[in-house]
Parts: sequence; C-alpha cells; structure tokens
Amino acid sequence: MSEPSSLVLALRAVWAIVLRDLRIALRRKSDSTAALFFFLIVASLFPIGVGPEPQLLRVIAPGIVWVAALLASMLSLGRVFADDYSDGTLEQLLLSAHPLPLLLSGKILAHWLSSGLLLSVIAPVLALQFDLSLAATFELVLTLLLGTPLLSLVGAIGAALTVGVRGASVLVSILVLPLYVPVLIFGVLAIDASNAGISTAAQLSLLAAMLAAGLFLAPLAAAAALRISIE
Amino acid sequence: MSELLALSKVSCRRGRITLFSDIDVSLAAGQLLRVEGANGAGKTSLLRIICGLLSPIQGEVRWRGEKVTRLRDSFYSELLYLGHAAALKDDLTVLENLEIATTLAGERASATAMHEALAKAGLLSRAGALARTLSQGQKRRAALARLALAQQHLLWVLDEPFNALDRAAVSWLAGVIEAHLGAGGMVVLTSHQGVAFSEQISASTVTL
Repeated sequence: MSEPSSLVLALRAVWAIVLRDLRIALRRKSDSTAALFFFLIVASLFPIGVGPEPQLLRVIAPGIVWVAALLASMLSLGRVFADDYSDGTLEQLLLSAHPLPLLLSGKILAHWLSSGLLLSVIAPVLALQFDLSLAATFELVLTLLLGTPLLSLVGAIGAALTVGVRGASVLVSILVLPLYVPVLIFGVLAIDASNAGISTAAQLSLLAAMLAAGLFLAPLAAAAALRISIE
Repeated sequence: MSELLALSKVSCRRGRITLFSDIDVSLAAGQLLRVEGANGAGKTSLLRIICGLLSPIQGEVRWRGEKVTRLRDSFYSELLYLGHAAALKDDLTVLENLEIATTLAGERASATAMHEALAKAGLLSRAGALARTLSQGQKRRAALARLALAQQHLLWVLDEPFNALDRAAVSWLAGVIEAHLGAGGMVVLTSHQGVAFSEQISASTVTL
C-alpha cells in the first residue's frame, strides 16, 4: 500500500479535529443549548416589548432574529480557543505537523455545526412567532445558513486575537460585532426583499461571495493571530 | 558529528526583565540537553523558543541549518513537545486523547499500538475513563504515553516530564528517554528532580 499524501493526512487531521470538538460539544450539551435558548428568549422578548401588532412584527422580524443570532453566536465564541489554551492542547495544535490554517478551518466548522447550524434550524419557530410568510421564513433560514458560517469565521479571528487575555469575551464582542455589520445588512435586506416580493438573488449572491472570501481568508488570519497571541 | 539543532546567541525578555541572554547550545543526534535553573529563570521560555512558540528577542534557533520559524510544519513533523499542561481534553477519554494527539502529530497509530502505549504508561485499565477523572500523576502518564508512539519524532522537548510521577513511572520514563537517545534521537528537558540517566548517554547542561 502506498503512503497517503501529506494533503490526505492533513485532511484526516482536520476531520479528527472536527470530530473531537463535536464530541466535546455533545458531552457538554449545556454550552450549545444555552446559546440556543438565549437566541429564542432574546428574539421572544421583542414581541412582548413592542406589542402584538402583526404588521409591525412582520416588519421588524428579520432584524430582530438576525441580531439575536449574532448575539447568540457571540456567546460561545470566547470559548473557541480559550479552553484549548488553558489545557495546553492549543500549543499542540500550533506544533502540529499539518498546516495550522487547515486545522483551524476544522475548529471553525465544528463551532458552526454546534452553534450557527442549530440557530438556523430553530429559526422557523421564531418566524412563526413573528407571523412571517412561508417564503420569508424560507429566506430567513437560507440567509442564516449562508451568514452564520461567516459569524464563526470572523469570530474566530477575534477569538484568536484575544486568547489568554482577561475579559476576553467582552473584548471579542467589541472587536467582532462591528465586522458583522455587512452580514447583518445583507441578511436582513434579503428577507425584506422576499417580503416585498422582489428577487433576492443579489443579496444572497453577496452573502455567498462574503462567505467564499471568509472561508479562504479567515483561517489564515486566525492562524497568524494565534501565533502572535500565544507568545 | 553533525549538529541538527543549534541555538546561537538566544536572548529572551519577558516584560521588562531579561531572563537570559546569549545562550549558545547545539545538539547532535543521540544527545540529551538538560535545561537547569531556579524557578522563573526562563526554562519553559527557552523550550518554547526552541519550538518556535516564542520568538527570542535576539538570536536564532536553527534546525538542520534552517530557522525553525521558517520551517514550521516540516520541523514540527520531527518535533514532539510536551508542555507544563498535560494537553488533555477533560471531556475525552484517555484513548481518544491519545488518538487525536497522534493524528495531529502526523502519525497513524493502530488501535493495538495505542493500547500498548497505554499499557507501557500503566494506564491501560483507565483507557476508557474521561481525562477529568484522572489524578495529576495519571494525567502526566496519559500525556507521556505519546512518547511510546513517537519514535519517528527525532527531537523531544519535554517540560518537567518527571513532575507528579511515582517512582515506577520515573524509571519507566528514564528508560524511554534512554532508548530514544540510543536510537539516535535527541531530547531537551527541564527537571527539578535529579534523575540519573545511564553513563553512556552524552548529556550537556545549560544553566540559566
């Protein structure tokens, strides 16, 4: 049998990282469920606060659900590297025989699967609450599926920069939330467009383009940031 | 004898304090390097500089004639670093921890090889236990079990490997290190305990 190439070995290592982080997330369900309930509760507070007028709710729904998703995905972000840093596995990741950006893509994918994906799946429940049409609900889930990976990607850079810093979670929010603005704008615009019956292709394409750029650039940036902040 | 690892004029500063300066050391195959010094003298910093985790304020570390910070992955496929922390995930079992550690290091160990490694480290009965349930010494043993699978890593950098180990484990570890050196490997270690290695080993000491 021939030796597998280094790329195959590296991809195997990435897969192992994804499995490891998912396994840890499954064994500590409280973290992901807390983020999920936070998402549901924050988004449910608004109808109570602004009053039960279906017309108004339908207008503000996309923004509220998106902002709630942003905040919920921030919750688990501080932990992406902090846990690995404190138990020493982060150093092992940096000293791995495989390219660090690839391994970090694995970590980011695992973070998205245990946060963003869950938020996107549960979002239709909130859409019911805001009396969104079926088409708008579909659009909401679609934009969340395109947008939440970006939250994990961009958030990973912020988390990498603040590894080992005291009060890291607040710092990450301050660093990262402004960067989320474009995602928020196009996510909400797409749902608005679908509410108005206009084609949403432009907004979705832009979200997808940002995602493609993020997939390539964010792991590289996060790797560079980690090497600096681990010193 | 060709020198694989060479430190030239390495200086390290943490905050405003210069920990050490102008360290010149080189290491050839089969050699052991002990790093000694009082608490806070910078032993761990020197090891982290060797690994490229920390950049020295001056000087450079070369592996096979090339700077380690430029080599990265190809150096890391020959390096094994065990730090102060045991690098175990609390929510994974001992076996799962060993598996992910070897995968990241670029090896593929079979299940039997991993069980053998755990048996050598005296942890076979705890292979399925979550790492959070282990005692301090057992965590150390779980981390050190990797050494039994790491023969193809030429350079071992070990930070206080003898900490928290009982007498049997200390002599096991000393044996593993001697075997690695005997096979042409290289070991850099810090240790407060004066563990005696056999006379045949060519050892040098840096005192910080």
